[in-house]
Amino acid sequence: MISRISSFWASDIGWSFRGSPVAILSAIMVVVLLMAALFAPWITPQNPFDPSELNLANGFSPPLQENPFTNDFFVFGADNQGRDVFSTILYGLRISLMVGVLAVAFGLVLGVSLGLIAGYVGGRVDSIIMRTADIQLTFPAILIAMLIFGIAKGVAPIEYRDQVAIWVLIVAIGLSDWVPFARVVRGAAMVQKNKDFVLAAKLAGQGPMTIMFRHILPNAMSPILVIATISLALAIIAEATLSFLGVGAPPTKPSLGTLIRVGQEFALSGEWWILFFPALTLLMLALSVNSLGDWLRDALNPSLKS
Amino acid sequence: MIVFFIRRLGQSLLVLLIVGLVAFSMFRFVGDPINNMLGQERTQADVDRMRVELGLDRAILTQYGIFLKKAVQGDFGVSYRQGRPVIEVLAERAPATLELALVSGALALFFGIVFGMYTAIKRDSFIAKSIMTASLIGVSLPTFLIGIALINIFAVKLELLPSFGRGETVKIGGWTTGFLTRSGLIALILPSITLGLYQMTLIMRLVRAEMLEVLRQDYIRFAWARGLKERSINFNHALRNTLVPVITVTGLQLGSIIAFAIITETVFQWPGMGLLFVNAIQFVDIPVMAAYLMLISLVFVTINLLVDMLYFAVDPRLRVSGGKG
Repeated sequence: MISRISSFWASDIGWSFRGSPVAILSAIMVVVLLMAALFAPWITPQNPFDPSELNLANGFSPPLQENPFTNDFFVFGADNQGRDVFSTILYGLRISLMVGVLAVAFGLVLGVSLGLIAGYVGGRVDSIIMRTADIQLTFPAILIAMLIFGIAKGVAPIEYRDQVAIWVLIVAIGLSDWVPFARVVRGAAMVQKNKDFVLAAKLAGQGPMTIMFRHILPNAMSPILVIATISLALAIIAEATLSFLGVGAPPTKPSLGTLIRVGQEFALSGEWWILFFPALTLLMLALSVNSLGDWLRDALNPSLKS
Repeated sequence: MIVFFIRRLGQSLLVLLIVGLVAFSMFRFVGDPINNMLGQERTQADVDRMRVELGLDRAILTQYGIFLKKAVQGDFGVSYRQGRPVIEVLAERAPATLELALVSGALALFFGIVFGMYTAIKRDSFIAKSIMTASLIGVSLPTFLIGIALINIFAVKLELLPSFGRGETVKIGGWTTGFLTRSGLIALILPSITLGLYQMTLIMRLVRAEMLEVLRQDYIRFAWARGLKERSINFNHALRNTLVPVITVTGLQLGSIIAFAIITETVFQWPGMGLLFVNAIQFVDIPVMAAYLMLISLVFVTINLLVDMLYFAVDPRLRVSGGKG
């Protein structure tokens, strides 16, 4: 492990990383937020969704002030039900990151598979897949995700809606972001499939699945990594937006977007901290993942620079 | 030209047919339309009558045909939630969205070109660099956060501008406009900034890139050599040559503005089509969802078609390749 880190540090990418303060700062931020989300149950002073740990007398406690009735102290304040805002943020961060990562993973698997098939098989299959991609790309991803969410809501029985909401969200965002993966992998597959090593693999009697995934796919790894990072930022924003609009994570399992939606009602009456801290967390998450993606794109492939 | 046009038109119609199929399947298979329309106290006779009335007893393909025919005539059924024809509800909401989109588009275009030119001409100045950095951050911010920030600064803290709604509106024929009253115009400020900001940064970066390219050309140097005024060079010689890509990109963005209005309208409780769509999703009002989907697809497809035509008219190279497009 240590030798791998040191070899990364010495490589070209490591060199570019060391020379970019923005990249280092973003990476630290992402790691901190990731750790905070992973270890939320151990870091937070309370489980905000266990009613037995809440005290209504703590409702609307401002940040960094001791509550005169209960003598409790909240770093980021408490919401209307006496929940510690810091704890709700870490639990919300968990949902936001989980939805974002799983949605990108789903879009990646779908896009890479379809792209490989389109590029390797070619012909009619290729044109059907890429035409679908073109049509989908004319519509904004957020609209498609909303539509899928709406349909799923209509299909799911009412008592299960809250439980499946998170999974529907993952599928909806994943289905709306597969196109960039498919395009870049298709391009790589079309270039690679006529090369000698693929021919050799064919002569050695390997099946199309092995050739596609073991011989062609590794050649497209670095653009896939770049697109995945940028997609992660977009997926986190999409999730937050949908939840904010009330068509995403339910109030029983709030993500950062849901927290902002709830906090906005209180901000108008002066309890700014219920809105401000979740919004700030989302901002830092979106900015750091995004700048990490930008840096990775420039470092791995300078020709992609916009 | 004709071949290219017909082929693109065919593609657009195909897309609309597919979207129509999606909308039809939503209407037909998500939930039971009869259950959704009739109340709790229905008799079997009511159900049978409704089934025939809606044509649900016919073959699926025939139903699809009837659905399309009605949609072309503007009949999208009745909203489950409001009990009124969907087309009526949409027509009532459309002016709010269109006025908002128009103002944001104009703002984005104007400030995008101004900032783009400035950052290109004075590219090493401190202000230009600050604008560029701010635009980078602006692109990665979620729209709804910008809206919330504006509300909390200008409506809650400073109490200068309203935080929600359209203000007073005036009715002219079937069109309600907020342009004619003071409160209507004031109410437009924050939502249109929120909606236009992202498009503005896009246009600004495009104008800047194009301007930098053009300013290096020989004819600009020649214009300097002729002793022309700086203003005349920047506007008449440089800007004019960057406008074609700017206009096409802005045109393409028009669809996105209408789609992203969903977010802005929810933040500001702006009574437009986007808010209607969000509410429709929350309450599973399928006819409204289907109608909005078809309407917005029509807008997108039309804009794409027009922009393609424009490219074709502007760029002669496309004509030589036999209109393969």
